[in-house]
Amino acid sequence: MRSSAALRKAILLALLVGVWEAYVATSHVDHLLFASPWQTVHAFAAGWADGSLAGPTWTTLRILLESFGIGLGVALGFTVMATLSTIGTDLLDLLTSVFNPLPGVVVLPLAMLWFGIDTSAIVFTVAFATIWPIAINMSMGFKTVSPTVVAVGRTIGLKPLRIVTDVLIPAALPHAVTGLKTAWAFGWRTMIASELVFGVAGSKGGLGNYINNARLYFLTPRIFAGLVTIALLGVVFESLFGLAERGTVVRWGMKHS
Amino acid sequence: MASATLDSVRLGYPTADGLHVAVDDATFEVEEREKLIVIGPSGCGKSTLLRAVAGLVQPLAGTIEIAGSTTLRPGPDRAVVFQEFDQLFPWRTVLGNVAYPLRVNGRGRREAAERARAFLELTHLDGASGRHPHELSGGMKQRVAIARALALEPRILLMDEPFGSLDAITRQRLQAELNRIVAETGVTLLFVTHSIEEALVVGDRVVVMSPAPSRVLEIVDVRSLGGPSTTEYSEMRGRLRRLLAVDREELVADAV
Repeated sequence: MRSSAALRKAILLALLVGVWEAYVATSHVDHLLFASPWQTVHAFAAGWADGSLAGPTWTTLRILLESFGIGLGVALGFTVMATLSTIGTDLLDLLTSVFNPLPGVVVLPLAMLWFGIDTSAIVFTVAFATIWPIAINMSMGFKTVSPTVVAVGRTIGLKPLRIVTDVLIPAALPHAVTGLKTAWAFGWRTMIASELVFGVAGSKGGLGNYINNARLYFLTPRIFAGLVTIALLGVVFESLFGLAERGTVVRWGMKHS
Repeated sequence: MASATLDSVRLGYPTADGLHVAVDDATFEVEEREKLIVIGPSGCGKSTLLRAVAGLVQPLAGTIEIAGSTTLRPGPDRAVVFQEFDQLFPWRTVLGNVAYPLRVNGRGRREAAERARAFLELTHLDGASGRHPHELSGGMKQRVAIARALALEPRILLMDEPFGSLDAITRQRLQAELNRIVAETGVTLLFVTHSIEEALVVGDRVVVMSPAPSRVLEIVDVRSLGGPSTTEYSEMRGRLRRLLAVDREELVADAV
């Protein structure tokens, strides 16, 4: 039962928060080092009320979306190449096996060298992290489309372009969604990590920068509030992807939830 | 007048050891409104032959003429029902699967839906029109594929072992249903199978192919046979078995 699972999880969450509160209250831990749930909630609410959390959140999301868009575009290029030619397939296989295992953030030093201390360096790093999971999953999706369904497309009189749009793309959707989901998770982690390393470019920093600043000023509750924000956004994106999947590939029986 | 004429059609495909000729010479006609069965041992290229008529593969030599024109491209005038259950579009409902090809071929949204509903009724699927293919049994999927093909009003309906993946009971039921539907619509049928029983139950005439590189061994009329209990039926079955018995193993397998 889904509702009772949600209830169990809510109870568990309440228990965990209770343990956290009890620990802070009884252990005499230094408040400069560890915030209580109450302080965290307070910092979270205050941060959102005065805009000091909303700004960094928006900056992070904006850069992430931009990088994701670029990564998606490049990945589509690789996908088309890999779908049309054997050399393209080999090239994508090679690049993916070299670059995909790299933690996204490792290209940041190079990006800073190439682009300077500028948002472009983060965009490059995050885009780089998103390209490979998208490209490899999408090209896999196109390659595993049932030849029968393509033959049906041809016999009902579809022109080549419509075979692509009306048959290949929907048939490859389960893999594409997996790729986008993985890429988004990679991009999100790379984004926050890059910001932590990178600090701030210009006047607007993102969430990673917000946390780092809070650390510099020993505003520990704000560190916690930043972490809560990142976790909540992660949950929101996960459920958005889940919703999109349930409305499409799961409903069509092409993927099991 | 013939719906389809195959003249000295030669079919094959390249392999690692050079060209493999599956069909050496296929020459026969599919007459208007008849049910023509092509039967042959596995590997004799009968499916490739059907795909060639559909325009999905090109002959190495010879001509395929559909209603007077030698066609090269696939098209809705030769709708195909395949053996595989994954021939339906999983992202479309049953109704969508039948209506979509009609939309592709220029019918309006409402007209396509109405027509699709009519053909789903013909195949007794009207209750399932809102479901997605993964919610259907194998037999229902094949019936959707038949409805989809028929709704296109093909000049000739091509079927490639459409019941080959079904259990025996469902297969028999669908054979009977196919006979009813073909009688109601008057469609011309070219049907490929490796089952003698199926050829006798469904067919008007049977084209018997030899093993690869195959040629036409014989074309027999099975229209006036009567039921499986008659002597004519069992004599014909025996004759087809002997024609097809390339080795004893296959003879035994078909007798079961």
